[in-house]
Amino acid sequence: MRGAGKNPEEVIRGRGITVGFGDRLILDNLDIDVYRGEILGVVGASGTGKSVLLRTILGLQPMRAGEVEVLGVPYSDAAPAARSAVDRRLGVLFQHGALFSSLTVLQNVQVPMREHLRLSPRLMDELARLKIELVGLAPDAADKMPSELSGGMIKRAGLARALALDPDIVFLDEPTSGLDPIGAADFDALIETLRDTLGLTVFMVTHDLDSLYTACDRIAVLGDRRVLIEGTMGDMMAFNHPWVQQYFRGTRARRLGA
Amino acid sequence: MRWVDLVKVEARIAPLKAARPGDGRGSQSARVSVTETGGQLSRSSTGGVARLVAGGVWTIATADRLEPSIDEAVNTLRGTVEIDLGSIVQIDTAGAWLITRLERELSARGVSVSLVSASENARRLLEALAPAERDVPPPPETIGVVQELLEAVGRTMVRSWEDLKSGLGILGGVVRGLSIGLRHPRRMRFTSIIFHMEQTGLRAVPIIALMSFLIGAIIAQQSAYQLAYFGADIFVVDLVGILVLRELGVLLTAIMVAGRSGSAFTAEIGSMKMREEIDALSVIGLDPLHVLILPRLIALILVLPLLTFIADVCALAGGGMMSWAYLGLPPDTFITRLRDAVALNTLFVGLIKAPFMALIIGIVAAAEGLRVAGSAESLGTHTTSSVVKSIFMVIVVDGIFAMYFAAVRY
Repeated sequence: MRGAGKNPEEVIRGRGITVGFGDRLILDNLDIDVYRGEILGVVGASGTGKSVLLRTILGLQPMRAGEVEVLGVPYSDAAPAARSAVDRRLGVLFQHGALFSSLTVLQNVQVPMREHLRLSPRLMDELARLKIELVGLAPDAADKMPSELSGGMIKRAGLARALALDPDIVFLDEPTSGLDPIGAADFDALIETLRDTLGLTVFMVTHDLDSLYTACDRIAVLGDRRVLIEGTMGDMMAFNHPWVQQYFRGTRARRLGA
Repeated sequence: MRWVDLVKVEARIAPLKAARPGDGRGSQSARVSVTETGGQLSRSSTGGVARLVAGGVWTIATADRLEPSIDEAVNTLRGTVEIDLGSIVQIDTAGAWLITRLERELSARGVSVSLVSASENARRLLEALAPAERDVPPPPETIGVVQELLEAVGRTMVRSWEDLKSGLGILGGVVRGLSIGLRHPRRMRFTSIIFHMEQTGLRAVPIIALMSFLIGAIIAQQSAYQLAYFGADIFVVDLVGILVLRELGVLLTAIMVAGRSGSAFTAEIGSMKMREEIDALSVIGLDPLHVLILPRLIALILVLPLLTFIADVCALAGGGMMSWAYLGLPPDTFITRLRDAVALNTLFVGLIKAPFMALIIGIVAAAEGLRVAGSAESLGTHTTSSVVKSIFMVIVVDGIFAMYFAAVRY
């Protein structure tokens, strides 16, 4: 585990998370911990509730039972004011970017700054352009509308917006899906660089084995409505569960390992 | 609760408990407290070298208070400047940017600048920002009000021309689709047509019946009062009958359908356009005009005359009820009088207009839907303009018909 000391600090602590739709339980009594400064990859077969878990931690999805603590604040039942104070220390990159389609990229990045802080227009422009450059977009992308961007650029612009307030934790929902392998590798490298320079903690839902190999410090596998196993890549290889075995030692994985 | 309200700018107590992002990794401090202390930039000078000491919290939350002191330093300091970063307790990209900006602007004015005793974290952030763009690109040129107005007028003219062209294009496509459909009835999408007839026709019956009933009643009540002055109350029947059958029945129905179904067509076709569903249809080898627009248009053309007829009947019923209530005119007398007042052609004048209005509503809605671009805002704009344009066109066409029928004395 890179970056974490002997006694790592938990920035997210979920206990007994239970979520269901109708009479179907998606997550049942699930526990999860995320430590400061790590990149946690969450994997699982389609429909095992990876995105649901992310949405639940963010409070976008009501829980039937359980509690979530984010940055030491009992987030799931915090008062709106306390929650908003935590919110501005989180950044989220949604799967499809979720850029506001009627605003330019620059304005998108400025939305959190405008809402939470009082900054001079000049400083706001500079900081937004800085973030846009930091995520590897060309300076002229700042004045484009989201509909004019390619898939990879939308992800980067979404990340720039997530980083607008220098968050402590960044949530990424399938950040490399829909990117070409080179673009995906670039994105992984970008996440790592940002983690190192900005000291981010990253919670990443992914399907991408490359990302898991190169970027993630720790992996949590979802299955059977709970976390099957969490640990390093080595732990995954050693774990005896048919899906985990197939996922990490299947043909695609072996090609990577070779 | 605003973050900046909590910021005490001059507080010099270093918030040692607040972990810094970055070097806070592995630290044990729990970041529960949201209280921040401010940052400051103090100045001293020793032997001709100006010293700037940055201290406290340099983050995005304190940036707005730090910016003026940065600008002031840039405007007043000359010669040699040393910036001491040693007493910064917390820094993020915003703070690092302010220091970068200070350094750059001083250098640009010929000041020799050196940064000293930066923490490892600060240095890493400063290095990450080093390649950042030096100049903000100039804002786009602004133009005068007059020019803007002229441009808007010009753009509207061009757009109206494009509207006409795309409307005619759709009309042409629909006619072609119909002719194909007549030769090969199997290629007509009857299921789809029936579905849209239910959506735009059957489901609109209650609201249109109620609206027409009330309109008929209101006209009868108002005219009963006015005509009573001349002792001509019996002519209420003529007035209601002719006004409703010739004009109001069809006009109000068309307006209601434009608002109810025209907007739905635009939104449906527009969101399909946004999600590339229209492109998917073309690639599969289906003509979107044939699959999406033709069934809706045919359904509308079939259904609007029927709705108009229902509206006519309900409005007459409303008028009859009001005449009974206010004038004591029993229903059988109302009906006898109505038979004298209106002929079959009065009804037809109204009904003939209905299919044309349906055509206009459908074409305007489809043209606007196909013009939706990528954003949610554009969908809203086009749905609005679809309703506004089709109601306007319906009224214009009604006027043209009125002139035509007057000319041919029908």
